[in-house]
Amino acid sequence: MTSRTKGAARAGQYLALLAYLVFLVFPFLWLLSTSFKPATELGSLHPTWIPEDPTLANYRQAFDEQPLLRAAGNSLVAALSAAVIAVVIATPMAYVMARHRTLLARAATGWVVVSQAFPFVLVIIPLFLVLKNLRLINSLPGLIMVYVVWALPFALWMLVGYVRAVPVELEEAAAVDGAGRLRTLVSVTAPLLAPGIGATALFAFITAWNEFFFALVLLKTPEKQTLPVVLTHFIGAEGVADLGPLAAAAFLATLPSLVVFALIQKRITGGMLAGAVKS
Amino acid sequence: MRRARALGAAAAALVLLLAGCSGDGGDSGGRITLRFQSLAWQQESVEANKQLVAEWNARHPDVQVEYVQGSWTSVHDQLLTSFEGGEAPDVIHDASDDLADFAYGGYLADLGKLLPRRLRDDIPRASWDTTTFGGKVYGVPFLQEPRVLIANAARLKESGVRIPTLDEPWSWQEFRSVTRRLGSGKGRFGVAWPLKEPVSATLNLSLSAGGELFHRRPDGKAEIRFEDADAVVPRTVHDQVNVDGSASGATLGMGGSDTLPGFFGGKYAMVPLGFSYRQQIVQQAPKGFDWQVLPAPAGADGLAQGVSPQTLSVAEDSPHKKEAAAFIDFFLRPANMVRLARGDWMLPTGKEALKDPALHTDKHDWATGTALARHLRPAPAQSVRGYPEWSDKVATPALQEYYSGAIGLDELRKRLVEDGNLVLRRYQR
Repeated sequence: MTSRTKGAARAGQYLALLAYLVFLVFPFLWLLSTSFKPATELGSLHPTWIPEDPTLANYRQAFDEQPLLRAAGNSLVAALSAAVIAVVIATPMAYVMARHRTLLARAATGWVVVSQAFPFVLVIIPLFLVLKNLRLINSLPGLIMVYVVWALPFALWMLVGYVRAVPVELEEAAAVDGAGRLRTLVSVTAPLLAPGIGATALFAFITAWNEFFFALVLLKTPEKQTLPVVLTHFIGAEGVADLGPLAAAAFLATLPSLVVFALIQKRITGGMLAGAVKS
Repeated sequence: MRRARALGAAAAALVLLLAGCSGDGGDSGGRITLRFQSLAWQQESVEANKQLVAEWNARHPDVQVEYVQGSWTSVHDQLLTSFEGGEAPDVIHDASDDLADFAYGGYLADLGKLLPRRLRDDIPRASWDTTTFGGKVYGVPFLQEPRVLIANAARLKESGVRIPTLDEPWSWQEFRSVTRRLGSGKGRFGVAWPLKEPVSATLNLSLSAGGELFHRRPDGKAEIRFEDADAVVPRTVHDQVNVDGSASGATLGMGGSDTLPGFFGGKYAMVPLGFSYRQQIVQQAPKGFDWQVLPAPAGADGLAQGVSPQTLSVAEDSPHKKEAAAFIDFFLRPANMVRLARGDWMLPTGKEALKDPALHTDKHDWATGTALARHLRPAPAQSVRGYPEWSDKVATPALQEYYSGAIGLDELRKRLVEDGNLVLRRYQR
């Protein structure tokens, strides 16, 4: 390959990457632009990227009409708790499943995959009844339990991959050097698993942060509703929407996920690569 | 051993913590608390709802109402789950076309004897028919809206077409010729039909031509027949799009709001929309945009059209049905019904409320819509079991294909009737 063709290939790669980036960022930027447009611009036949007469009225109206901060707080509690608990439970389970490749472990992995195929509607009524008996309807702890259970299979599946990517020889070397089982896990395995744990926690967080149906069904009182449920209050019958305030509220709703992602992005990249290749 | 004990203690603490955190409403100290789930979503409407709840609470210290905001987006699934789990709200806001399944499932209370005579007499028989199944009343219909033509008034005047009135509306044939005159064929159309969900619009408007599609046999079972009257509206839309080019084919897959930018931009001279869309038009129309509300075209049965009113129901599991019915009675007193109707830009069902001068003003063409109220009838088939499946699986794709020109009228008839009756038969065994 000549240097010219190499250059052309590289330029093509960058172009493709740029196109993909635009594709990914477009909805977010459009949401941002929409949230600052007055109602008359929202109904324009020739919409513009930059609002001609930008306004904060949509944000004011969104906050006036709905308890967005309270709902965001509820979502944050539910999503953070679900992420932490899911990771705490899934990590040791994943370690066992990855290191002891027994028939039971294989069956458990298969079950994990199958469980992802269950539709929400199938599980929601039995789940509702179970939570009712536990007196956990209309409570954030009840919702967190559901989110943990819902995130656990996939979290487990992700973490098994990360554990397998940690060479078992490192643990054996630590054992030879005299480290006990617990010491080996804490000092050798856990640091290497940290990126994977971060990625898994982020997955659980975002899943819970965006989840709508369980929150809609399980939380009865307005004080406990989460952000995705409150966002639907801007939508009327037959899909008619109060577009400006909805865009403003939806834009704010995306920010926490972005912040969390930005904070642990480096760790996640490392984690994903670690899980991608088996030793 | 110590570790096992510690784990056990931790588990017990977790269970206690979780149980302690769960909150539940109910009665406390002799005071009754009713949960009222409202689907109001527009700012003025939510305010009206909350004010009425506050007024009730101030007057009834022993029966307090807790306002819970629901959402139209998933109300059916959410209610179904709540009913199954015995946790449904006491007072339920929904639409009449969503009630049949819940009524037949035994989830809703029969309000027949719970409601006062004042309320029963105030709402016309035709409206009660939308919530009556098997002789029992499962909801109080309180808000409704006709489908109207919202028109670019300036363009109509320029074209010199006859402006329809309530006394002399356009016939479907005249409507077609008017849209031909209004559409220049250069990206400007006489009408935009937002038919993303084509079934209810088609069936409801077909009543004007005498089309009912669903018929009751002597044995009480429903069957579908597609007669000449049923073809009037579908054929008009089809020909406007595919023969005359006077209706935009692009809007067939759109919702009502999606057509507004084109309407404001002069692309479409008219859009058939629900009466409540006026609020969006008032909010979004460019300054100086001149619009007006026209009655939908009339057929052999005049201005008749079908509606599915918004309703208030009481859960069968509610231990306080009498109190819930009393709250509904208060909530729907004529003056209150007017407040709710204005908040939602819709029409009240109540005869007294309809007389309110605020609903007869020319501003935003309230008077035109209010005058249409007496022509409204129950939407066809909303009490027929199997209708939702027929609508989703048979009628929606068939009508979409017909309107886009992919199939002809004979094929449409065959699918609606033959495939449709197979669906109904499964539900009526």
